[in-house]
Amino acid sequence: MNRFLWPLIGFVVLVALLAVGLNLNPRDVPSPLVGQPAPLFALPRLDAPEKEFSPQDMLGKPWLLNVWASWCVSCRQEHPVLVELAKRQTVPLIGLNYKEVRGDGGIDIDKLAPGNEKKMVIARAAEWLGKHGNPYTLSVLDMDGRVGIDYGVYGVPETYVIDRAGIIRMKHTGPITPEVFAGKILPLLAELSK
Amino acid sequence: MRRWLMLLLLAAASLGSPGVPAGEAKPLAEDELTEKRLIAIASELRCLVCQNESLAGSHAELANDLRREIRTLIRDGKSDSEIMEFMVNRYGDFVRYRPPLTGTTLLLWFGPGALFVVGLAALVRYLRRRDRAISDTPLTPDEQGRADTLLQDPDSRQGQP
Repeated sequence: MNRFLWPLIGFVVLVALLAVGLNLNPRDVPSPLVGQPAPLFALPRLDAPEKEFSPQDMLGKPWLLNVWASWCVSCRQEHPVLVELAKRQTVPLIGLNYKEVRGDGGIDIDKLAPGNEKKMVIARAAEWLGKHGNPYTLSVLDMDGRVGIDYGVYGVPETYVIDRAGIIRMKHTGPITPEVFAGKILPLLAELSK
Repeated sequence: MRRWLMLLLLAAASLGSPGVPAGEAKPLAEDELTEKRLIAIASELRCLVCQNESLAGSHAELANDLRREIRTLIRDGKSDSEIMEFMVNRYGDFVRYRPPLTGTTLLLWFGPGALFVVGLAALVRYLRRRDRAISDTPLTPDEQGRADTLLQDPDSRQGQP
């Protein structure tokens, strides 16, 4: 009996560690930006490309920044949740259209005429929103992904909850499920809106 | 027989891999020194998309962008540690293959070593105990005879192809 006790304990511990470890989401990397001011940028707006949007415009109210692109498959998955959120009109939802053309594996940016990228980005993004519904207060165009890098984007979609003072309070990587929305985002927004 | 099966399996596996045509290599940046530094820095960084590949070796879209970013930072005259800080500020300590020694990474740094020491101690203890337990009992004539036939007669061996 005693002979098998220690190997058995070792085995049980190993199984427990694996059970916990393998159920963790490897994509869930804690962002160092939580608790930090949202990085500043000035990017053209999708609805009015001659105008620019900056996070400073949002100071004074909590808001959501959602990173999306038309080539992003998981974005389609979370889209109904965003549309639902927009219907409730709880907080402004700003879309960061991330590498709309450059991120699409099917397009070789080097073969594109220099002035055409922006036109193509706008056409593709607008078409996608037309087809699936537009939950965004407005969307901005991050054509080369530089702003995405400042926000530590590594997998679209990503969503940031930003408070009145412009501090990032939460980051969610991957599609927002109804559970994440109801269980994490809504309570946080309620707290921030107080 | 088993060896043949393995060979067959290996051949099948190599046939099954999709023949992705390799893209043409992008020309290295004109500046060889920048490129060398880029590779040195990028080898220390994890690609967040593929996670088990370094930023230097990854073909992910994001890795391309980040290498371009590092190239720009090098041209701007930033030091290696400043570039590392740039990356860590955005993506966290997770991007570093050698994360700094902090309270949360203690287990990561010393866990394997501690586990090895514990294992070694257990092994030594076990071997010592076994040494004491084994007494030199000579084989009986009957056992000796069986051992001799096993050693001489190749047909009675088992587990050989």
